[in-house]
Amino acid sequence: MALEESHVRRAAHLARLAVSDDQASGFVDDLSRILDMVDQLQSIDTEGVLPLSHPLDATQRLRADEVTETNQRDTFQRCAPAVENGLYLVPRVVE
Amino acid sequence: MYEKTLTQLAAALKKGEFSSRELTSHYLQRIEKADSKLNSFISVTAEQALAQADAADSTRAAGKAGTLTGIPLALKDIFCTRDVKTSCGSKMLDNFIAPYNATVVEKLNAAGTVSVGKTNMDEFAMGSSNENSFYGPVKNPWDLTAVPGGSSGGSAAAVAAGLVPAAMGTDTGGSIRQPAAFCGITGLKPTYGRVSRYGIIAYASSLDQAGPMARSAEDCAHLLGVIAGHDGRDSTSVARGVPDYVEGLNAPLSGLKIGLPKEYFGDGLDPAVEKAVREAVSVYESLGATVRDVSLPHTHYAIPAYYVIAPAEASSNLSRYDGVRFGHRCENPSDLTDLYTRSRAEGFGEEVKRRILIGTHTLSEGFFDAYYTKAQKVRRLIRQDFLDAFEDVDVLMGPASPTPAFDLGAKKDPVSMYLQDIYTIAVNLAGIPGISVPAGFVGKRPVGLQILGTHFAEAQLLNVAHQFQQATDWHLQRPAFAEENA
Repeated sequence: MALEESHVRRAAHLARLAVSDDQASGFVDDLSRILDMVDQLQSIDTEGVLPLSHPLDATQRLRADEVTETNQRDTFQRCAPAVENGLYLVPRVVE
Repeated sequence: MYEKTLTQLAAALKKGEFSSRELTSHYLQRIEKADSKLNSFISVTAEQALAQADAADSTRAAGKAGTLTGIPLALKDIFCTRDVKTSCGSKMLDNFIAPYNATVVEKLNAAGTVSVGKTNMDEFAMGSSNENSFYGPVKNPWDLTAVPGGSSGGSAAAVAAGLVPAAMGTDTGGSIRQPAAFCGITGLKPTYGRVSRYGIIAYASSLDQAGPMARSAEDCAHLLGVIAGHDGRDSTSVARGVPDYVEGLNAPLSGLKIGLPKEYFGDGLDPAVEKAVREAVSVYESLGATVRDVSLPHTHYAIPAYYVIAPAEASSNLSRYDGVRFGHRCENPSDLTDLYTRSRAEGFGEEVKRRILIGTHTLSEGFFDAYYTKAQKVRRLIRQDFLDAFEDVDVLMGPASPTPAFDLGAKKDPVSMYLQDIYTIAVNLAGIPGISVPAGFVGKRPVGLQILGTHFAEAQLLNVAHQFQQATDWHLQRPAFAEENA
């Protein structure tokens, strides 16, 4: 499955990753080589094989829908670049 | 002191030959003197380490010390450590002071160990050479022109150079075993779910697993006994009892059945590495084991499957770094999209961007079944290969890497770098445990023997590795760098 620059731009958009024109062409080359390698998978017959997402073939457990974490606002806000009156200050991005 | 293994240091502390403060100061001095040449640490936490050492000495004086009380060690910078920078080797998290401890860190603290700092690593654990760190490459203490391996290269180099007796690493596609092999130390990747992933910054959640890196299998047994076990905060953690790994180290190998996967001895394997590995296997034969050839027929497809599954999971896990909730934030964003896209572009390095783009592409509409679903089906076939092999043999053996450590800057093409993990990556897809032990040299660069077992066979693997280390001394050899920088 040949990779085109439009695929890289689409993936960059979905991943919210800014990619310049120069970078995009470089990524097309790199990602094409990687996908060429990945395309070896198409040669295997996997008819009737179930996908395996957990290496122990286990079902993901769910915990009870209960609050378990204590409020650590002060601790977390010490990591933030800017806070005021218990609120996080972030750049104005909506006029 | 640095010449001793962790096990020997623990015995010396118990006898009162020196205090934990003296031991910790010794290693801190070595780090200060030598690490500017290795770059194996991102953060050194001397003040906290000495406070922990004093606490350990007090615990010992009160008669409450455990085996590892007062032992200094280092943590890969992927483990969240309260009030300490946890960068994951990335500019994105260069400003992140973790507000809590990973479960592994909690368990090590509870055992009384002393953390001297956080070790360098490939950014977000993506790499096979430790050249992808925002903080610069780590050098191999056996040869400063060589890579130490990745992504736990800082941990491996620090142990090999005698800057710490042991360190913690993580292994997503070989990131404990390959750097252990390149640096001539012992590294264990436990079964998936054996060690809690809580507080370990996620790369690929269905593959990541933490494990010990030290001088010997015996050292690793001590450490695994501390960090293993169920954790309710990690839904992938397995509720299963933890055996006494140290007690299990003296079982004889008579009757052990070893399988040599023919796919691990084919094209691409350096003949000198093969020679060292086969000589190591012959040591096992002299100890009473029998050897037979086996086949893991889907080995060739492990790297292609991994480079769909791991980037897919990474693209999801790394979406949280958006300049708002976590990580680097760009200056003066013009709008919300600009804030997200530019923060991520500035914060992530090239290899991380490459894997995010691959992962996002393979998960996107029109490509999901052809790539992601297909790779997960192949993953099941790879896992079944191992399960079939373990019907006939107890353990598998082969090289940890097709070559010894390569030169810094030698591999420019991502695919050629990815192929370095050909013998380690399938293990993570299958979730089984693996250990790399020193087994010789090619020139002055170490060779690692990889030993694989079935799920939760860590006790057997550690015993098999320990018996080899009782019969050989590869694991006790030190690079000249360790002496010259004492």
